[in-house]
Amino acid sequence: MVVVRTVTSFGRSGTFDWLYQRVTAVILLAYVLFIVGFIFFTKDFGYQAWSELFAQRWMRVFSLVALLSTIIHAWIGLWSVVTDYITNRMMGGKATVLRLFVEVILAAVAVLYTVWGIEILWGV
Amino acid sequence: MLKVSIYRYNPETDKAPYMQDYQLDTQGKDLMVLDVLELLKAEDATLSFRRSCREGVCGSDGMNISGRNGLACTTPLSEAAPKGKLVLRPLPGLPVIRDLVVDMEQFYEQYRKIEPYLQNDTPAPAIERLQSPEDREKLDGLYECILCACCSTACPSFWWNPDKFIGPAGLLQAYRFLADSRDLATDERLSNLDDPFSVFRCHGIQNCVNVCPKGLNPTRAIGHIRNMLLTRAV
Ligand code: SF4
Ligand code: SF4
Ligand code: FES
Repeated sequence: MVVVRTVTSFGRSGTFDWLYQRVTAVILLAYVLFIVGFIFFTKDFGYQAWSELFAQRWMRVFSLVALLSTIIHAWIGLWSVVTDYITNRMMGGKATVLRLFVEVILAAVAVLYTVWGIEILWGV
Repeated sequence: MLKVSIYRYNPETDKAPYMQDYQLDTQGKDLMVLDVLELLKAEDATLSFRRSCREGVCGSDGMNISGRNGLACTTPLSEAAPKGKLVLRPLPGLPVIRDLVVDMEQFYEQYRKIEPYLQNDTPAPAIERLQSPEDREKLDGLYECILCACCSTACPSFWWNPDKFIGPAGLLQAYRFLADSRDLATDERLSNLDDPFSVFRCHGIQNCVNVCPKGLNPTRAIGHIRNMLLTRAV
């Protein structure tokens, strides 16, 4: 039985990828709801309230978790788009090079955003 | 007069596929699409298609009928050509051998992968392996599949990765053996499905459910497999 197993995505298996995709989606939803709620329900919402919120450690951690969730969610999603459309079956050997190229760019963007995000969150 | 437009391609003589138009006097009868093909073939013997049982049990005449995959033998004109125009193409995504005849190898290869036979190494009883009526019921909606490939060739995920994604038909059968109380290979079966392609390329688009001529629901079976994989993983 020949089954695809050597592929790298994010998790250890398709099952874990699927699970991470759902868990990160829930985290993102919670984060978005929280931010929207905060904006609507804070009296005198403005720079003061905003910077006080982000001065707290739990908020920075929550934001970082949301940022990492975005990256994991996007990576799994985009990896499956890339492996749907850039396949060796359709393009031959070129597909491997092209797929690797796109994946390296995506990975670089992911690392960049993570570092940048940490800098922003802990930089103020 | 019924207008029929049929995909024609003979790789030995044609540079590219083309659509050929036919006219047929149906004498007002609500024929099945397969009857139409038979009548046209009587006039034009070069027209090629597969058929055998002509009653929806063999699964050999799956084709794209006016934009929707189905069996020619069980699809009436009233459904396929309500405005008097019938368009027939081969099942999408598979290599065409000739006219409406496709090469099903990719489809069968995926079926082969799920090891579609009962696996049980315990000594066989004298007569047969018994199953309670409740356990037998779990196979309803699964065993009826006739492997016509209408579902898998309607599935975008199968179009992109027919070599890696098992597809709705194969997965429905995978679940048929996972759900069978007499089969003891559940864990190996699940390990073989755990990669990011075999099961997880299904995005729940439900095209498969929409076209299955036997009214089966591969998406539900895929959901059951996913739950089994998750339960085993966490
Ligand atoms: S539900 Fe899954 S298997 Fe069915 S057509 Fe959609 S992607 Fe394909
Ligand atoms: S599930 Fe339905 S459409 Fe798919 S192969 Fe079986 S009978 Fe055909
Ligand atoms: S000819 Fe057998 S299913 Fe249509």
